[in-house]
Amino acid sequence: MNTPPASSRSRREFLADAGILIVGFTLFPRDTRAESLGGTVGQLTAPSADALDSWLVIGRDDAVTVYAGKVELGTGVSTALRQIVAEELDVAPSRIAWVQGDSQLTVDQGRTVGSGSVKRGGAQLRRAAAEARQALLEMASAKLNAPVAQLEINDGVVSVAGDGSRRLTFGALVGGGRFERTISGRAPLKAPSAYKVVGHPVPRVEIPAKVTGKHTYVHDVRLPGMVHGRVVRPPRVGATLESLDESSVAKLPGVIRVVRKGTFVGIVAEREQQAVRAAKTLNAKWATAPVLPDAADLYARLKSLATTERVVGENGDAASALRSAARPIRATYRWPFQLHASIGPSCAVADVRRDGALVYSSTQGAHQLVAPIAALLGMPSDSVRVVFTEGSGCYGHNGADDVAGDAALLSQAVGRPVRVQWSREDENAWEPEGPAMLFEMAAAVGADGKISAWTYDAWTPTHGARPTRDPATLIAGALVAGATPAGEFFSGGGERNARTTYVLPNERVTSHPVPSFPIRTSSLRGLGSPQNSFANESFMDELAAAAGIDPIEIRRRHLSDPRALAVIDAVAKRAGWTPRASAPDRAGAASTGVRKGRGFAYVQYDRTEAYVAVVVDLDVRPGTGSVRVRRVCVAHDCGLIVNPDGLRNQIEGNVVQAMSRTLKEAVRFDSTRITGVDWNGYPILRFSEIPDAIDIDLIDHPDQPSVGAGEAATSPIPAAIANAIFDATGARVRQVPFTPDRVREALRASKV
Amino acid sequence: MTAFGHDHIWVETTNSMPQPSTAVRIRVNGVDHDVSAEPDAPLLYVLRNELSLNGPKFGCGVGQCGACTVHVDGAPRRSCVTPVSAIAGKDVVTLEGLGTPDRPHPLQQAFIDEQAAQCGYCINGMIMRAAALLARTPRPSRDDILSAMDANLCRCGTHMRIVRAIERAAAGSAAGPAGREG
Repeated sequence: MNTPPASSRSRREFLADAGILIVGFTLFPRDTRAESLGGTVGQLTAPSADALDSWLVIGRDDAVTVYAGKVELGTGVSTALRQIVAEELDVAPSRIAWVQGDSQLTVDQGRTVGSGSVKRGGAQLRRAAAEARQALLEMASAKLNAPVAQLEINDGVVSVAGDGSRRLTFGALVGGGRFERTISGRAPLKAPSAYKVVGHPVPRVEIPAKVTGKHTYVHDVRLPGMVHGRVVRPPRVGATLESLDESSVAKLPGVIRVVRKGTFVGIVAEREQQAVRAAKTLNAKWATAPVLPDAADLYARLKSLATTERVVGENGDAASALRSAARPIRATYRWPFQLHASIGPSCAVADVRRDGALVYSSTQGAHQLVAPIAALLGMPSDSVRVVFTEGSGCYGHNGADDVAGDAALLSQAVGRPVRVQWSREDENAWEPEGPAMLFEMAAAVGADGKISAWTYDAWTPTHGARPTRDPATLIAGALVAGATPAGEFFSGGGERNARTTYVLPNERVTSHPVPSFPIRTSSLRGLGSPQNSFANESFMDELAAAAGIDPIEIRRRHLSDPRALAVIDAVAKRAGWTPRASAPDRAGAASTGVRKGRGFAYVQYDRTEAYVAVVVDLDVRPGTGSVRVRRVCVAHDCGLIVNPDGLRNQIEGNVVQAMSRTLKEAVRFDSTRITGVDWNGYPILRFSEIPDAIDIDLIDHPDQPSVGAGEAATSPIPAAIANAIFDATGARVRQVPFTPDRVREALRASKV
Repeated sequence: MTAFGHDHIWVETTNSMPQPSTAVRIRVNGVDHDVSAEPDAPLLYVLRNELSLNGPKFGCGVGQCGACTVHVDGAPRRSCVTPVSAIAGKDVVTLEGLGTPDRPHPLQQAFIDEQAAQCGYCINGMIMRAAALLARTPRPSRDDILSAMDANLCRCGTHMRIVRAIERAAAGSAAGPAGREG
């Protein structure tokens, strides 16, 4: 039997973790933390953010176990958070066992989203660790009969300075007991100048297991008696089930049950292969209506569906400044629907019994998934436990929550633990998509070379439709009710980086939310930031070219924040940027058929987070329209850096994934369904298309708080590529993805 | 170049009638196993569900992404589209057969040294395909690597590190003893 994540080192720690996690038969182990202490203390209460015991347990054997609400989504955050705890507590990171995202065992730190894990989650863990350190010092002071000021801590051992014989380990001080202490927030925090672990490239704790097949993903969870479920989806939500011929699978071996509730249809079988075959064979007839727009009408449809507008930001009088401008410039940009496109389709394991439910899920919010699952099952919330178990990288709200609902329903129907593995087609057709967006920009540059007017209008469906208490926010719940999955409309996501950080005397930034759209959308990495930054930073480049100003210089003229200017200077230096007005590389094409170009873009993520400036060098073959990115230079400032190598890994990933989204990705659909349901229908970047180099300058600010780095470097990449294509050819590509067809079309339009 | 590299492609037909489960003897990581499986069951499901070998991963089920890659007689194969009956009498090696956390294969060590994983879901396929490449071409050029790895997909964007890890392993194996798989 496989049990999820045993990140601990010793057998004892492993057993402690196993005590927590092998709980198919114990759905409410509120005393598990007590068990991990050796079973000597009584029942522990539900985790509370104020209680130190909710965050951290020290065993008699000195083992430190941290209970974190923030979870490892493949970004390395569980290593970075360990570093923060290790630093503040003075223990080696390798000695810390980690329990994460358990709705009954860990504090609810909010969903693991929005690059907030180090910034917000790390700050909470840091305060908890500091409180524990202070508590341990006070205990040691009493037992060693020495003032706290004379004590020092080295890797979990408290000793009296200058007297090595007077020492006690953490385990000797508190092991087997509880702190019973509230996190005051007044425990002293270490000065960053004293850091020995934070700021250093600690290897990620789970990588050795990941490269040897020993890491337990949610896909690998096996419970005793577990059987296999598959869902049988209609062509799209809203389709009605005309008929279901259960006899079509009656003779197939291993089939346990065909489950139908409303338009939710699923199969449970003894073996995985049997479930797959039965799901393919089951004869279900659906009635559909053509509700999706023709792909050619997508952006007109978006525009027509907006019913309200919201001014995101305004300064001066952009409208009159634009009217009085000598040469106003206008441009329209378009971004398609895109997928999270996790390599592993979503998977979950559920064990639903009469009196409780246990769900293993790679959800970004274990605590938040409890309520909709409970509602789906008709159970009280305190009977449902969700245990996070790492999945394939999700990059936002993919199918992880939905498949948990599927598994829960099927397990309830058959009374056995059920594993549901979505197919590739399930994932591509049913995961919530990153929204398409339409932008209409207008601006003018004055005689002084500064931007005199700037207007932005964007149309977007929601970037946030997470599960709520309403079970219909999960696909299973929606299908049971015959409804369309819907969630909270979080308009802020689409507005992320809608307004630039440039100082503009006359600007008006207006968003036009599309309240509902037949394609279900939610949060994809960066939410609206990559799209908004594509429009804003492409448009800045267009203004620079129209005014004959160097693309970096025009930005510098509208920025005063020294950290912004520092990343721009750093990347310009790294790339060897030669100031110039953009001039197409006509000579290159004449001699080699390849035109070389370079593009710049700058974004401060979410206007208050990481600063990122990039220069992209690329080749364009005008004959074919193909684009090959050669080199990407990045300068990145996210405040205090916790793990420099982990950060580089994230930046490289952001760059490559953003290249993929920019050059290749768009969801294909016809009037009734998503059609791009495999990797041929939704191609992503391959090895043969990666850059020769990604050169990164990290700018560390130990004196500044850490801000997130999980998304920021995605945002400037699309515009930098567009700007480089313009630099190479004089052709402006304003619609993502920049496929060879689109590039050739832009070349024709530019009459180059 | 195809998305499928050198793999044998077998695609299940939707309407084929199920064949009864039979005892199948397969040799995996040097050990013979008698498993009960339908002859057309994908090798991937047998490895994962019958032998609890979690290295190979389900990614697409149609041989397009490479997450399920194993070695069959030393060559990379997509186990999601390889029926278990097709490997009778052949040697299957999975990621677990290359090495362990305590005794990693040089490529696994190189992936650790380069921290060449994010979510890690695709990494099984990356290491298996790269191991087959290095067995065939111990000192590949960068283009050789890109070409060989082009059949495998990664979504986290770990490509740069994966290439560096393969280069590191190639450099190491040229200087020292080769791993069990070459």
